[in-house]
Amino acid sequence: MADRADTPGFLLLEDGTLFRGTLRGAASTTVAEVVFTTNMSGYQEVFTDPSYSGQIVVMTAPMIGNYGVNPSDPESGAPQVAGVVVRELSRHYSNWRAEGDLVSYLEAAQVPILEGIDTRRLTRHLRTVGVMRGVCAAGEEPSAEVLAALGACPSMEGLDLASRVTTSASYQWGNPQADRHIVAYDFGIKRNILRLFDDAGCRVTVVPAQTSAEEALDLAPDGVFLSNGPGDPDAIAYAPDTIRGIAEREVPIFGICLGHQLLGLTYGAATTKMPYGHRGGNHPVRELETGRILITSQNHGFAVEGSAESIPGAPALEVTHVNLNDGTVEGLRHRELPIFAVQYHPEAAPGPHDARPLFQQFMESVRKSRG
Amino acid sequence: MPRRADIHRILVIGSGPIVIGQAAEFDYSGTQATKALREEGYEVVLINSNPATIMTDPEIADRTYIEPVTPEFVELIIEREKPDALLPTMGGQTALNVAMSLANSGVLARHGVELIGANARAIAIAEDRKQFGEAMDRIGLGVAQGGIATTLDEAMALLDVSGFPAIIRPSFTLGGTGGGIAYNRDEFEDIVRHGLAESPTSQILIERSLIGWKEFELEVMRDSHDNVVIVCSIENIDPMGVHTGDSITVAPAMTLTDREYQTMRDAAVAIIREVGVDAGGCNIQFAVNPRDGEMLVIEMNPRVSRSSALASKATGFPIARIGAKLAVGYRLDEIPNDITKTTPASFEPVLDYVVVKAPRFAFEKFAAANPMLTTQMKSVGESMSIGRTFKEAFQKSLRALETGRSGWTVGKRLQDDRLSDDSLETLRGALRQPTSERIYQVKRAFLAGLGVEELYELTAIDPWFLSQLQELIDAERAFAALPSLDAVAVRRMKQLGFSDRQLAELHGETESAARERRWALGVRPAYKMVDTCAGEFPSATPYLYGSYDEESEAPRSGRTSVIILGSGPNRIGQGVEFDYCCVRAVMALRERGYETIMINSNPETVSTDFDTSDKLYFEPLTLEDVLEIVHREQPKGVIVQLGGQTPLKLTRGLEAAGVQILGTSPDAIDMAEDRRRFEAVAREIGLIQPPNGTATSIDEALAAAESIGYPVLVRPSYVLGGRAMQIVYDPASLEQYFATAVRVSEERPVLIDSFLEDAFEVDVDALCDGTQVVIGGVMQHIEDAGIHSGDSACVLPPYLIGERDVRTMKDQTVALARALGVVGLINVQFAIKNGVVYVLEVNPRASRTIPFVSKAIGVPLASHAARVMCGESLADIGFTEEIVPPFVSVKEAVFPFNKFEGVDPVLGPEMRSTGEVMGISDSFGSAFAKAQLAAGNGMPLSGTILVTVNDSDKPSVAPIARRFHEMGFALVATQGTAKFLRARGIPVSTVYKVHEGRPNCLDMILNGDVQLLVNTPLGKHAQRDDYTMRQAAIRNHVAYTTTLSAASAASDAILALRSRSATVRSLQEWQQDIHDAVTVGA
Repeated sequence: MADRADTPGFLLLEDGTLFRGTLRGAASTTVAEVVFTTNMSGYQEVFTDPSYSGQIVVMTAPMIGNYGVNPSDPESGAPQVAGVVVRELSRHYSNWRAEGDLVSYLEAAQVPILEGIDTRRLTRHLRTVGVMRGVCAAGEEPSAEVLAALGACPSMEGLDLASRVTTSASYQWGNPQADRHIVAYDFGIKRNILRLFDDAGCRVTVVPAQTSAEEALDLAPDGVFLSNGPGDPDAIAYAPDTIRGIAEREVPIFGICLGHQLLGLTYGAATTKMPYGHRGGNHPVRELETGRILITSQNHGFAVEGSAESIPGAPALEVTHVNLNDGTVEGLRHRELPIFAVQYHPEAAPGPHDARPLFQQFMESVRKSRG
Repeated sequence: MPRRADIHRILVIGSGPIVIGQAAEFDYSGTQATKALREEGYEVVLINSNPATIMTDPEIADRTYIEPVTPEFVELIIEREKPDALLPTMGGQTALNVAMSLANSGVLARHGVELIGANARAIAIAEDRKQFGEAMDRIGLGVAQGGIATTLDEAMALLDVSGFPAIIRPSFTLGGTGGGIAYNRDEFEDIVRHGLAESPTSQILIERSLIGWKEFELEVMRDSHDNVVIVCSIENIDPMGVHTGDSITVAPAMTLTDREYQTMRDAAVAIIREVGVDAGGCNIQFAVNPRDGEMLVIEMNPRVSRSSALASKATGFPIARIGAKLAVGYRLDEIPNDITKTTPASFEPVLDYVVVKAPRFAFEKFAAANPMLTTQMKSVGESMSIGRTFKEAFQKSLRALETGRSGWTVGKRLQDDRLSDDSLETLRGALRQPTSERIYQVKRAFLAGLGVEELYELTAIDPWFLSQLQELIDAERAFAALPSLDAVAVRRMKQLGFSDRQLAELHGETESAARERRWALGVRPAYKMVDTCAGEFPSATPYLYGSYDEESEAPRSGRTSVIILGSGPNRIGQGVEFDYCCVRAVMALRERGYETIMINSNPETVSTDFDTSDKLYFEPLTLEDVLEIVHREQPKGVIVQLGGQTPLKLTRGLEAAGVQILGTSPDAIDMAEDRRRFEAVAREIGLIQPPNGTATSIDEALAAAESIGYPVLVRPSYVLGGRAMQIVYDPASLEQYFATAVRVSEERPVLIDSFLEDAFEVDVDALCDGTQVVIGGVMQHIEDAGIHSGDSACVLPPYLIGERDVRTMKDQTVALARALGVVGLINVQFAIKNGVVYVLEVNPRASRTIPFVSKAIGVPLASHAARVMCGESLADIGFTEEIVPPFVSVKEAVFPFNKFEGVDPVLGPEMRSTGEVMGISDSFGSAFAKAQLAAGNGMPLSGTILVTVNDSDKPSVAPIARRFHEMGFALVATQGTAKFLRARGIPVSTVYKVHEGRPNCLDMILNGDVQLLVNTPLGKHAQRDDYTMRQAAIRNHVAYTTTLSAASAASDAILALRSRSATVRSLQEWQQDIHDAVTVGA
């Protein structure tokens, strides 16, 4: 990778805090919500995860780019993040699977990288004050234009980003001859979810977020999956009706992350924006039924309100998992219907595989329902 | 599940003396575990023979047995204490093996003692190479191809599978002892024999070499509910083939994609489950093929380890502490994360920094040893450094090694980098074979124009690491070419980890000039916290590292603070005993209300546990790094006299920078260390020194030696551990000394002393508050003068020395302490010859005997010293009179000769021991016997003793031989010795010397016909025969002595062992005797 000339750049947060560094990759001015993730490995998965759409991602791991990029790890067709902030970007990479360097990869997707930032200071700031909008741009000082751009940046609250990242047309994934058929609502689905369904012997029809219940049911699914995705769940106003429509037919439903939040909303729960979210691969979650602790992969800024005891407003739902760090709801299931969901990411990528058996659990539910 | 209520008393086994592969990390782990168990209300009984540890201080456990860590002694303790459970996972391989032996022999079952932390089945699967291979097979994981052998023939047959090079790994040994890499049949047979001898189960694994594969380690913990977490991943820079203890390692792993890392994590989880570690931790090593990602499992240790200590320090997750809690039934989610206090321990730490560990070697002390790094560990210590980037941490770790390099720099001379000439061919050849200097050879190679690709071919170091190093070279070149330096340029270099000294060298200026300019430019480090969570949660624990980043987090308490400088990486001559002193000081000053600030770079230690001091700075102990912390903290003062030579060397620089040194003044330290100034003091108070001189050239040295008279003792000034100290018998040898060992110059004078042959040597430790002096202890060396005090066994109180001489030494110590104005500790070394007491050396600082003396007299000398340094008087403290204990304590040294093949074990003035043990009893013989057993020197109770001594020793050996004969031993001697003994009526049979014919004395040793070898070297030129015999004795585990005083002590010990059955008694009971006896000397 050729060394590029140093372009001064900065990140300005909406509260006025300024971080100066060096801009690499795309040099365009970018405004977005600034969040941090503590994943130590898996940057390529993070940057291609559609749930990070509309966000500038701060990597707390200080050395990024070490093993380059490869064609088999992305979680979607291209980088999804609005921008990347790192302490140091590797000038060289080494890995037997690598086919290119990270900077070129992000540059091709017009994603700016701000390097040389005291990312720990930035992380501590976001942790203390809460995540907020920011602008990443070239130069030493923010210009009037940059300030205007930051002012015009909408808040994440009330933002339906899922409609923006969802597939425009439905498509198939997996072995067409597979025994089971899953319809997956794409609110920003990660590929590893599809890979795991394939591994579990399913073919998947991935459908756009706004697909109606009728259209989905016409596909004769053995089960319906509600994917992860970016943005405020409350803003996806059309989802609860659709979900209720499918659920009434007692089709097994499994939700992850945004899918989990939408299920909560469907049955009367409220969602709330968290101060700085959960993003990383080390969050302990208790499975209430067994007491077992799972180390989980997480990426969410909103949560279903509630605690281990109950979810206010949603008597039909019971809590199955809680986060051990802050007690937030990490999993729920319907008391009557074959519906369950988790807030974290059992498909990992990046992150630990402790929760992968949930896919088997869904398959079990599908098997029972089909008889 | 809460703590188990069905057990009350727990026996914890320590690791015994420090040896290569098993060092201070087990003091750290054992102390942590013991504290964790006691805070849960359990009664803890501890056994460990190592007096130089915090864990064996009487406050740590309920009852502390300083007894040999052997199955026999542990059984005695079990009989006496009747513990409910035994925790075997905190004392390294030693504890694990003892526990297994007690489990297998039925002792544990008979006494109803349960193994907790790891059960016998899990230990067997993990440690037995065959069972482990089968277990991996069951869960579908690969191990290196090969097989198990229990005989040489079986091993030879396996060569068909492994081919060359072949790796030999013995079962149940520590630090890869007895293992190695064989490139041909000769080497193979040799290593196999050694490996079979070293393995307690005579089992070795022969496997295909994975040289060049990448090596990784994971630290894993599992609780009784089957919850598993990975605490840390570690990547070795040196690829497979170099023991991980000898490799430069990095945390977290740098070159694994998440997919590869998770595959490894899944494997680790499966392994800990299959092996069945059901409440504790383990370390698992993996090899990864860099070409296709194939992953193989190398081995697993079901216990805390050097790596777990490193991982604990690297992440802030205290593995031993948590392991102890898991062992008594807690689940991970029931234990709080001690750093954040608000989140549970059931999580996986994330790092927002990079940690680099670098090994420290001691090959300079074992010149004959093979310097190649292999699967058998050879390093004696390590430094750890933390930076925000790999490059920063890497350079800090190298300067933290204190080997004279200011970072990643090439040596001044080719031989400093282990190169014989400056040709590229030599360099390439050297790079292919890993040695302790290879990382510096890599720099020479870059400077010579070799690229990453070629260096990868030569070293198999991953191209990512090589590229990082290349960036350092590029930065150096760019910096050196800058006509003027601004803040941006300097800051950039500091962010790459360059020290002021390195930057000064690049611009041809002094270190202080470089620092002045940096300060003027306002370029200062920021201090960031190690918090286990990359800033996701607030942390209240000030565990800090420096980095040239923006924001400092170190909180200021506003309390009066004291900085205690630690002792840096362990090395021979400066080990755990100095860490002990620093920790005692911290404990004492914390109690007095000071804010204690610890600076150290050694991850193995108790001092770098984040809850030892109020604030921990994990930083190199260089002037630059210490000054920055002083600048930030503005302490009342700095304590330099407890951490050995490391902090002492910084005294002048600190003083020059206006830093307040607490205790004995820098001027007094200089007065003691400067030969000429000290002479004046000695003369004034009427002390006798052996005739001596100082020389700044070879001619001066020859002249001085001539006027003093041979033999003389020569050594460079300002050294610790007798580095390059030699006894020289004639001018030719003196010239040889300068040619090979030491450079002499105006700045580097050499000290020359008359060598007092056959003198008694004595160490005195004392404490002084500036006016009052109290003797801590008088220790008589077992070995004669001329053997380094750190290598000699010693006994307290002294025996065989007249009361008058003891009195004289005490008086002189008091006079010296007053004359120098010591505030704190002082150590004086004396020699007694022909009724004259000579002062050999004065050290106005903590000596390595402080922990031993403190235990022997029941007074925490280092704690008192710290209080004195902060202004209290001895009267305030209540320590005003010497304590002479009513029992005998013996300290014995432990040597690494079994790791360094080809090295002669004869003792001399250069210290070579790595650790020490203590034996306590009511008689000298019995205390000495315990110390010998604890040191692993088994004493025969019957059998044959081979005596072969030089002419001057013959008269003295006769009474010793007679005693052995009277005890019923058969005596065998070589011709001269035999003739001499027979003439004195001692029955002895004659055996050939090695060169005289067969069967000879070597055959006897090899055939197991000798139980004790009494051999003294033949004058200045130890002959080949003697050397081969001593080598054979070591390899065949035959007891041996190389001095007559040790032989005489051995006869006392054997008599004691034969006269009475072994008993055990706790340190607390011994110390109670002191209080009861109120025996007050002085």
